[in-house]
Amino acid sequence: MLLEVSHVNAFYGDFQALFEVSLQANTAEALAIIGANGAGKSTLLNAIAGNVATKGGSIRFIGDSLSGLKPWNIVTRGVTLVPEGRRLFTSLTVQENLQMGAYARKGTDWTLPKVYELFPRLKERSNQAVTSLSGGEQQMVAIGRALMSNPELLMCDDLSLGLAPVVVQDIYATLGKVRKSGVTLIVVEQNVQQALSFADRVYCLQEGRVTLEGVARELTLEDVSRAYFGRRGAA
Amino acid sequence: MKAIADSILSGILLGSLYGLFASGLSLVFGVMRLVNVAHGDFIVLCAFLALAIQHVTGFGLPFLTLIILVPLMFVFGYLLQRMVLNPALGPDILRPVLITFGLSVIVQNGLLQGFSADSQKLQGGRLETASMPLPDGLAIGAFPLLTLVVAVALIGLLQWVLYTTKIGRALRATSDDLRTAGMMGVNTPHLFGIAAGIAMITIAVAGVFTGIRTSFDASAGPAWLIFAFEAVIIGGLGSLWGTLAGGIILGIAQAIGAHFSPGWQMLAGHVVFLAALIFRPRGLFPRRVE
Repeated sequence: MLLEVSHVNAFYGDFQALFEVSLQANTAEALAIIGANGAGKSTLLNAIAGNVATKGGSIRFIGDSLSGLKPWNIVTRGVTLVPEGRRLFTSLTVQENLQMGAYARKGTDWTLPKVYELFPRLKERSNQAVTSLSGGEQQMVAIGRALMSNPELLMCDDLSLGLAPVVVQDIYATLGKVRKSGVTLIVVEQNVQQALSFADRVYCLQEGRVTLEGVARELTLEDVSRAYFGRRGAA
Repeated sequence: MKAIADSILSGILLGSLYGLFASGLSLVFGVMRLVNVAHGDFIVLCAFLALAIQHVTGFGLPFLTLIILVPLMFVFGYLLQRMVLNPALGPDILRPVLITFGLSVIVQNGLLQGFSADSQKLQGGRLETASMPLPDGLAIGAFPLLTLVVAVALIGLLQWVLYTTKIGRALRATSDDLRTAGMMGVNTPHLFGIAAGIAMITIAVAGVFTGIRTSFDASAGPAWLIFAFEAVIIGGLGSLWGTLAGGIILGIAQAIGAHFSPGWQMLAGHVVFLAALIFRPRGLFPRRVE
């Protein structure tokens, strides 16, 4: 087991965002987390990355506890998040953004040439300001920057946000290549079809609770829609 | 005409001192969005410390005290940031302002206690009176010229660190997005400590040069802070060369004002500052348009 989240709670002030959430990821597996807005998908990824404090339960990565570690320590353990909305460093060039991913890395699996090989369009734009790039290109920078940290587990929060469907297809095709290189993936995805076709296994969250967990190709749309919209406990 | 040229020349040289004052303020604001109200008092503190170091070690020239002062202030800046200022940073920008305001009061009263209210000066020796003749009967003072050279070199060095080194890249990235920088492996509290330490190095240099140029006492800090603020605002927030340019513009305005009437010296500087606020509120060289 690469990642094991068990019975984790998370709060924003008095508001509880996650209730006893458990999730497992095996090495080289691709997971998708689906669910409506505000279901806790981003909170879960941010809890694993160390951005959101958790209460109770445990988060273990290759056997070691990640609870209480700072984000800059967690990234050196091999867990990297591509944040929602990309969050690029807007005063840095494309190449500088990628180099920031390598700030504290261990290992040399992903280098600038390898990232440029994965995203040839970024190479042509390496010295441009990231703000001059299209949304899809910016998402490529965000993924490339995360890869530069040599993650064993790459978490992507809502890659499709604000992108044209054809661009989303491109991005997922590239993620497929990343996956083949042996990186374990967890994606948060609003588009259920996209999630089911990309992932091995799917988790559905509703109001901070896991309402469905299953192998992607065995799930029917009815299962998913019940977990997505259904009353709590009905799934 | 010659008198105006003389005013402009001395204004440029005086302004480079203001640029030196302001570079640390600009760096700290640019990276941490932290307004250090005690900045001027730290410059005065460094001038007094240079005096004390000279007294203890017997160093002839005040510049030599920088050998001790620079590492000392770097460590002081790092610890101050980690232990006092980092915990205050957050969405509420008033907290760090209040804390640095408190530090300002502490430094002023500490200096009053330790060094009395007497006015002091660092002795620059022959350098203070030496000058070089220029065509047209003008002359340029050796010490003001050295100040200009040091200001340009120091800001050039800071610029080099920010734009070519790994730590500089991390400083710029953190300035853009603190949380994401942390997720990329930047230990942001430590990096803030480094940034504050670097700013304290510029404060140490500014303290020694100011102490040679003018006399100072324990309560001189706030007036120097005003010049630093004005230089930063005129130049544009977050741009170091802009800060130097802002300092020089302020210096020229003061020198030309003084040429017409001594009473106009300070006023002309403030008027130029207000004009910059009205016509170029983002400064002359803003780092970027967001």
